[in-house]
Amino acid sequence: MAKKPSPRKSVKSGKPTARRKNVKAKTPEATNEELIEYYKTMLMMRRFEEKAGQMYGMGLIGGFCHLYIGQEAVVTGIQAALKDGDSILTSYRDHAHMLACGIDPKIILAELTGRADGISSGKGGSMHMFSVEKGFFGGHGIVGAQVPIGTGLAFAHKYRKSDNVSVTYFGDGAVNQGQVYESFNMARLWNLPVIFIIENNQYAMGTSLERASSEIELYRRGESFKIDGEMVDGMDVLAVKEAADRAVATCRQGKGPVLIEMKTYRYRGHSMSDPAKYRSKEEVSKMRSESDPIDQIKRRLLDGKLLSEDQLKKIDKEIKAVVSEAAEFAQNSPEPDPSELYTDILVAE
Amino acid sequence: MSVEILLPAMSPTMTEGTIAKWTVKEGDKLSAGDIIAEIETDKATMELETDEDGIMGKILVADGAEGIAVGTLIAIILEEGEDLGTISTINLNPREERIAENKPSEAQAVSAPINIVPLQDDLPEGTTYNNITVREALRDAMAEEMRLDDTVFVMGEEVAEYQGAYKVTQNLLAEFGSERVIDTPITEHGFTGLAVGAAMAGLKPIVEYMTFNFAMQAMDHIVNSAAKTNYMSGGQIRCPMVFRGPNGAASRVGAQHSQNYASWFAHIPGLIVIAPYSAADCKGLLKSAIKSENPVIFLENEMVYGQSFDVPAVDDYTVPIGKAAVVRTGSDVTLISYSIGVKFALEAAEKLALEGIDAEVVDLRTLRPLDMDTVIASVQKTNRAVCIEEGWISCSISSEISARLMEDAFDYLDAPVIRVTNEDVPMPYAANLEKLAVVSQERIIKAIKSVCYKGGDQ
Repeated sequence: MAKKPSPRKSVKSGKPTARRKNVKAKTPEATNEELIEYYKTMLMMRRFEEKAGQMYGMGLIGGFCHLYIGQEAVVTGIQAALKDGDSILTSYRDHAHMLACGIDPKIILAELTGRADGISSGKGGSMHMFSVEKGFFGGHGIVGAQVPIGTGLAFAHKYRKSDNVSVTYFGDGAVNQGQVYESFNMARLWNLPVIFIIENNQYAMGTSLERASSEIELYRRGESFKIDGEMVDGMDVLAVKEAADRAVATCRQGKGPVLIEMKTYRYRGHSMSDPAKYRSKEEVSKMRSESDPIDQIKRRLLDGKLLSEDQLKKIDKEIKAVVSEAAEFAQNSPEPDPSELYTDILVAE
Repeated sequence: MSVEILLPAMSPTMTEGTIAKWTVKEGDKLSAGDIIAEIETDKATMELETDEDGIMGKILVADGAEGIAVGTLIAIILEEGEDLGTISTINLNPREERIAENKPSEAQAVSAPINIVPLQDDLPEGTTYNNITVREALRDAMAEEMRLDDTVFVMGEEVAEYQGAYKVTQNLLAEFGSERVIDTPITEHGFTGLAVGAAMAGLKPIVEYMTFNFAMQAMDHIVNSAAKTNYMSGGQIRCPMVFRGPNGAASRVGAQHSQNYASWFAHIPGLIVIAPYSAADCKGLLKSAIKSENPVIFLENEMVYGQSFDVPAVDDYTVPIGKAAVVRTGSDVTLISYSIGVKFALEAAEKLALEGIDAEVVDLRTLRPLDMDTVIASVQKTNRAVCIEEGWISCSISSEISARLMEDAFDYLDAPVIRVTNEDVPMPYAANLEKLAVVSQERIIKAIKSVCYKGGDQ
């Protein structure tokens, strides 16, 4: 059964169990420009991932390749609440996070094809990409390992007395790693400006949340550490943005950390090699037809007469052109020079 | 009945202590649980409680007395009504006898260090030396670097308020404050990952493990996060940080607390691994490690923390990473070692000198990258090599040296390279078994004689 995202729930720490309450979400607001921007950003992610999937099928991308299709609203809404100097990091399902940070799709795709022009010079691959310039700290291949690292980025912000925040994304699989709770403890102990975002797409590879977690209300996982938690409809970019604004404000005021569970869904398999037999086709198509984040915004744009069908088509065409250009670039970039084998192991001193 | 108070062993490696101060005086009435003195051990200042009710009858060791051996009679508590005059059986000056009875096992005792004075070549003329302990040298290195660079900070369990589980971070909290000397929860996996994140963001963390045995909890972040990111990011994301703490066998702490991880870390591209012996090298290399832009594993040894060496009294004294040192010159055989093994090698060399074997000793100091040039240059001269390692033999640093000598210096060898290491067993607790397990002088000397074709099995 598809799990339709529930209404927003939140938990304040330090009160009895009955404190879990349904918060009536007020309709979040956004300007027309913002709506159009979110639409473009999410569509770019979708088209990029579709292209990556095709290129994987053609053998141009190797190894693992984890697509973000279906989850676009989460990273789009959160990124919209951030400012220069904030840092973000995530697991190996990282392509969209990079696009959201404003990283050129060409050098992301060229990394996926393992070429010299890739953002990691072809030496990282789909799961291991970084951009210090854009505040993107990976791209981490070990489930859960990014959580203490992201907490450390927040530590650095606090150490430098800046008001920047660290957004640390992880999935419903990572929530059962012990280091997540070690991080929660230190984050609260030292009041670090870290926003923990659980992207709950409901399957840790092939294992549904219920089959792996004793507490499936993941926004409550911070309770023992006095970290306030909130559940948000991660298919609705405006709800995400609204929650992100509040979380960011809390952290900038030195009142972090904050935990948000984003209820979301991935349409594709865990990775390209996952046949996804652990769920029904109906479940997936129900989510696609009823909750798709891009369709939701598209409807708003059309209903509000902000954009016409023709204008939307034009946007789609422009985005497809950018992605095609990136694909061309990624296929034509040369493989790394063999001498690169021995570079960047240590910083030369 | 009067009660004799003997100086107790208050840590696994404590062989002597200092009576920091008596908190009671003769004639005071005591109840069980009262604190009677503060004792400074090799690791900390501890409070000594009495288990008995009574009257402090006699204090036999004055405030501030240093180097009091474990087992020494330090005070006598009398029952109410008793007085010293009535007790004829107590010899008030029995220190020597007591010490003999209660002497720590031989396995526990660490013989005096053989001083290694840094070569003069790189030092200004007229350099003077301070004789300080390894513990102080490490602390000074951290303090100096923290003064030079405010992005350097220390974190770990008990590093701040407790002053370090082994007192290595003593006084850092007072000078640098709790923002830079940070007590962590017992959470190695978590705080190592956190420190990696801070390093990726450009800070320079020094992560102290109470012992490297506990770093096993953090192995993923050391190996997968710290060591790989520079490579995986095409040189974009650096991890300028130091992981440090005691490594190798301590004394009588059993299998989970007595192991040498040098070869584990030295196996990993993307890490620098340092394991020095002398205080000068500890200071100079720790400073270089902190200054480095790379993740550095810095392996200390608990057994030498309290040993003193001459350290050059120069500003910003550093020792280059990746350079071995010939710490004793000789012509007959090359002994190759690191950390506390260097001490065993030097001791063996001195013994063999009396028998006419002139051994050269190479202290590797850095294990990754290995300075094979220095090792090979020595073997070209002596044509014989023995590797000495306080650790297991399989896949050891000694194994690596042996293989590389075969590949790169085969024609210079007049005998097979021999590895002398600990026995290939988990460390036993029993004193006699522990002694059998750890690399011994007898085995080192036998190996040296065999490669020199003098006596032994040859």
